[in-house]
Amino acid sequence: MMIRHHPNEATLLSHASGGLPTALSAIVATHLAVCPTCRARTAEAEAIGGALLSAVEPVEVGAGALDRALAAIDTDMPEVPSEAADAGMHNPDLPRPLGAMLPADLDSLRWWPVGPGIRQARVGTGETTVRLLRIAPGRAVPQHSHGGHEMTLIVSGSYTDEIGRFMPGDVADLDPEVTHQPVSDADTDCICVIATDAPLEFTGWVPRLMQSLVRI
Amino acid sequence: MKQVPGPGSFDTAAPSIPELNRLLGDIAENRSRAAFAELFGHFAPRIKGFIMRSGASEELAEEIVQETMVTVWTKAAQFDAARAGASTWIFTIARNKRIDILRRVSRPEPDPEDPMFQPDPPMSGEEFTQSREDQVRVRAALEHLPPEQVEIVRLSFFDSLTHSEIAERLSLPLGTVKSRLRLSFRKIRSALGDER
Repeated sequence: MMIRHHPNEATLLSHASGGLPTALSAIVATHLAVCPTCRARTAEAEAIGGALLSAVEPVEVGAGALDRALAAIDTDMPEVPSEAADAGMHNPDLPRPLGAMLPADLDSLRWWPVGPGIRQARVGTGETTVRLLRIAPGRAVPQHSHGGHEMTLIVSGSYTDEIGRFMPGDVADLDPEVTHQPVSDADTDCICVIATDAPLEFTGWVPRLMQSLVRI
Repeated sequence: MKQVPGPGSFDTAAPSIPELNRLLGDIAENRSRAAFAELFGHFAPRIKGFIMRSGASEELAEEIVQETMVTVWTKAAQFDAARAGASTWIFTIARNKRIDILRRVSRPEPDPEDPMFQPDPPMSGEEFTQSREDQVRVRAALEHLPPEQVEIVRLSFFDSLTHSEIAERLSLPLGTVKSRLRLSFRKIRSALGDER
């Protein structure tokens, strides 16, 4: 996998700090699984957290805190994940954590049309909700910009826009003022996953897309 | 907002970086409760202080301290001093615990056991000896950032605010928040000798 497009440094910093919304962090973490360069960069950002932790003014812990911790380590309990993984959701062809959020057969998702040659599906629950966009070969997503913090990861196929060609594992992490028009490359459907820091409003996305289409 | 404290009296009494690494090694290899108690004495008040910087309750901070330190015990074997300093490694655990508790979701992480995972290229000897110096360099770089950049880094790390939340808090355009974060990170990376 040849990665050409990466999350920007502000995004990696926030992923490291814990300040990135969960859905965006899922996209970053999936990119990190296939991009050792960004993993190294994230480690540098985490060192900022380490430096802040070592320099912070200590606050005395309550009496008995150490005893409680010592009692807890006696039992040596295995870690229990705070949220059970979605049963049956695992796509072995995609890196985790995204692979664990998607079924092996992406056709089994509930896709609905949002424009000519463009379909959309929604996966995940609550904070980890992301949407998938599936663009037929040669089709264009109407020109648009992004309101909040929005990130796109290419899952399969590829698209080309004003910035360049985006292939699987690549991330489009655009500044709010950037306007672009992705066109799916001609060989196969381009499937990408999109996360935003805003609550996902499909009623906002669909009319926006339709509105742009009407203008065309 | 307070500046990053320099090496004060408390810090000179604190265990050195190699000493902290040794304690973690002792926990991993010998399951040493004495080493754990010593590490707890150093980190627990710092984790608590770190979490409380965001205005979190003392109760929540204590809960995160407990969960973090117990995880340090269970995962000590995963600590690799060549890759991260002890305080950086423990910061990442505390960060994840805070996310688990406050957002009730597991933080998404890459999984090195995943067949799709692309492993790191082999580390050079230079990188190996450098990682333990990183913390000192990062701290020095933080002290030299302009105040408006320090403020934004602090809101990101201490308060876990998103870009949009920082923009709202400081009444700044989102683009300004992103560019300040980027600038501060670039300066810190260049202090680490990473000019890529």
